[in-house]
Amino acid sequence: MATIGVFDVLGPIMIGPSSSHTAGAARLGKIARTIVNKPIKEVTFLLHGSFRETYKGHGTDRALVAGILGMAPNDARLRTSLAIAEEEGIIVHFVPADLGQVHPNTVKLVIRDIEDVEWEVLGSSIGGGLVEINEINGNKVQITGEYPTIITCHDDIPGTVAKISSLFYENGINIAFMNLVRSQKGKGATMTFEIDSPASAEIIDKIKTFEGINRVIVINSLGGNE
Amino acid sequence: MNIATSGKELIEICAAEQISLSEYAIRYEMETKGISREEILERMKQTLEVMREGATLGREKEVHSLSGLIGGDAYRLQKYHDKGTSLMGNGIVKAMAMAISSSEVNASMGRIVACPTAGSCGILPAVILTTGEILNKTDDELVLGLLASSAIGIIIGMNATFAGAEGGCQAECGSASAMAAGAVVELMGGTPEMSLHAAAIIFKNILGLVCDPVAGLVEIPCAKRNVSGAVNALCTADLVMAGVTSKIPFDEALAAMYKVGVNLPVELRETALGGVAATPTGKAMQEKVFGKTNN
Repeated sequence: MATIGVFDVLGPIMIGPSSSHTAGAARLGKIARTIVNKPIKEVTFLLHGSFRETYKGHGTDRALVAGILGMAPNDARLRTSLAIAEEEGIIVHFVPADLGQVHPNTVKLVIRDIEDVEWEVLGSSIGGGLVEINEINGNKVQITGEYPTIITCHDDIPGTVAKISSLFYENGINIAFMNLVRSQKGKGATMTFEIDSPASAEIIDKIKTFEGINRVIVINSLGGNE
Repeated sequence: MNIATSGKELIEICAAEQISLSEYAIRYEMETKGISREEILERMKQTLEVMREGATLGREKEVHSLSGLIGGDAYRLQKYHDKGTSLMGNGIVKAMAMAISSSEVNASMGRIVACPTAGSCGILPAVILTTGEILNKTDDELVLGLLASSAIGIIIGMNATFAGAEGGCQAECGSASAMAAGAVVELMGGTPEMSLHAAAIIFKNILGLVCDPVAGLVEIPCAKRNVSGAVNALCTADLVMAGVTSKIPFDEALAAMYKVGVNLPVELRETALGGVAATPTGKAMQEKVFGKTNN
């Protein structure tokens, strides 16, 4: 946990009414949009817990859609995001759901992009506008969106961590946080790197050439207030 | 500069360095976050501007919440203020109007500064801006007031909580009020020690205040608790400037607040299951907004 700062106490600047139900929801939508990184056609929001019970009164629905449209939590257009999505031809659905043993403020976004590829992003708003993405397409991850993030889905073969971390080292990129999970020995694994400076397209392309790498997801930093 | 982890250390460091709380906050932020003094002051100026907008909008026109449960009270208070017939004088009435304006703007999905939380977003703007008007302070001076408040807030965040779900309303509106009172004392020329006396008195007076939002929304009783938090802060600043001290030191008052908070039953910590949320009227409002639930 980083040191509490002046602008953590007096901030964030946000659209109300709730840092967790509104600002955090907008952030979750925005991170999901960054993960997909292509124009979006349709989103189904599966709302769990307190999100499910109170989303209308807190404007959680508008905030989630605002995020999908790329708005930050302090964007005054957040209030009218549903109309803006309609204008842009993005279809949205809100579905009450039970997502199991997850944080009370959790949403699963089922997203269809312009190429009809389906994405599933599960995330929670954990308080004060802070969020965590916990699953992408069924793969466990741990992302806050505060740092540039690289996620690799790869075969569980020895040396993958070493190769990627050496590549970062050679390019002067410092790893702030790192998380590795695998479904089963020798099967699929997912690695999340939160790094202090963004990785260039060349570095991402290089990672894609490593043996056993199936997919690389890049999330550019959203910054502390976005 | 050393970093304070308690109110006592904060007073000691300010005394040793011969600096104010606001100067401490600036140096703290420069050292821990690696950003420049100019950047901090500029960002705080923007923060003050957003606070001013929120404290003004609801007084100029009626602002209603998304749920329709609250609205129009800041406008009413401003009209009352303009008549000039209030019992307590126009300073206090204006502060009340500003506090409720920010809360109404927040509940209407307008833009506010969470200071420290969205639920308590009305207190600090109302107190700082009213003080500025009464004492003819410039925006640069008010920015220093906000920084002084954050010096106290950082100590609260390190040792307790701002979350109503964890510590009740005393952690949200109580913290906002304590920070605001301490800031006013600095703006009035008081010492860091006096600012912390004010913050300690606030916590003592708000001890035990529960978080019981009707329908789980940041509206009832939150908006009016922002009013009472702002008034409490202004009055406490006067109390301290008169030379009154807190017999219980700040750190102990803060620890008491935190301990009382975590010992509150869960019904009284932002779950909308107790307090005014559980009254017949509160429950009827919940049903009106969200329909019947199984909870």
